[in-house]
Amino acid sequence: MSDAAAGGPMGDVTAEGGHGAVPTGPGVPVADQPAVSKRDWPLYEVFVRGKRGLNHVHVGSLHAPDDEMAVHAARDLYTRRNEGVSIWVVQANDITASSPDEKDPLFAPSGDKVYRHPTFYEIPENVPHM
Amino acid sequence: MHEETVYEALDHAHGGEGQWAFGTGFDEPLAGVDTTVPEGIDPADLGAYCLMLGDDALVLCQRLTQWVTNAPELEEEVALANCGLDLLGQARLLLARAGSVGVLGRSRERATASIPDEDALAYFRDPDEFRHSGLVEAPNGDFGQTVVRLLAASAWRLALFARLRESRDPVLAAIAAKGVPELTYHRDHAARWVLRLGDGTPESHRRTQAGVDAVWPLLADLFTATDVETRLTAAGVAVDPAELADEVRDVLTLVLERATLTAPEWPTPQPSRGRAGEHSADFTALLTELQSTAREHPAATW
Repeated sequence: MSDAAAGGPMGDVTAEGGHGAVPTGPGVPVADQPAVSKRDWPLYEVFVRGKRGLNHVHVGSLHAPDDEMAVHAARDLYTRRNEGVSIWVVQANDITASSPDEKDPLFAPSGDKVYRHPTFYEIPENVPHM
Repeated sequence: MHEETVYEALDHAHGGEGQWAFGTGFDEPLAGVDTTVPEGIDPADLGAYCLMLGDDALVLCQRLTQWVTNAPELEEEVALANCGLDLLGQARLLLARAGSVGVLGRSRERATASIPDEDALAYFRDPDEFRHSGLVEAPNGDFGQTVVRLLAASAWRLALFARLRESRDPVLAAIAAKGVPELTYHRDHAARWVLRLGDGTPESHRRTQAGVDAVWPLLADLFTATDVETRLTAAGVAVDPAELADEVRDVLTLVLERATLTAPEWPTPQPSRGRAGEHSADFTALLTELQSTAREHPAATW
């Protein structure tokens, strides 16, 4: 349950979707709280490291009631075929992502810097994980 | 280092699966294990013991499988199915061992010759030929009761398998060694749910306490040795289940306390009716479903 719904640090003013802040408190009639449902389980993003020496790779997402159960669920959903030696989970809410609107200023400048690519080296055929 | 490049060295260190970031390796649990029945052991006893432990796993697996498409969340459905699959793996090894020492009951008379012993035992025995405990065959109840039963069953089985790793029968010892990390995970997973549900909302607490109250009497079935277990324990092959009682009670009491649940009085151990082949009508219904496809198509392979 969020702090706002529990009457937490916001005190007696709570944001309700689309309607701005409304007064809340013991004297203000409110609708019954809906039953706890799946929507209360946060979304987690899952990262698995396949072998020592490789990086953690994003493999998917899942819902879980808390961090520990998210690791368990990740183990059961994403490492069933001997894939992993390490699992990270992080709440999707806690990830700050670049915005699609910023795509050009962020990424276009690197498009023509050919000298930044290792294309002038020969890569041996048996190099794995490239 | 003899490899030409550092990459070959890395690849070699990881078992030659360099092109696969996630690996493809399988471990054969009984590779290299001596399958000879140990000196002085009656194969009929060894097979009967393997049936008890194999049927425990098979029946609990089938109960867990009943949650598939019914679990409260997709994530938990996969988790319960994974626990079930681990148990199915244990059941296959144990039933195959029972078959290999000639303990097949009437199953081989009914099963097509082409199917392996483990399948004959699973699909072509009647209910009174099964030797699992009453704990695993009881209906699931709600999710709270299911995780309480899984906690109790995996605590018992983990305590047993940890000791069975020292069995004089190398096959039993190898099966136990494979099972210990699996059961450790099952016990941990169930305990985490019992903690969250018991110490959760008033409704989850009430339901989980009801689950504890329903499961506790079934524990009476688990701690009295059958004649087979007594003989095999004396021979260093089996473990007397009475030895497990203290550990199982300590584990369950600790989890329930932390979950703010009340442990009912510990039941007085009684000879297991399940190990003698006496089962409830619930089990007959469960088994009929488990066996329906194999009995309808006796020569099917998959």
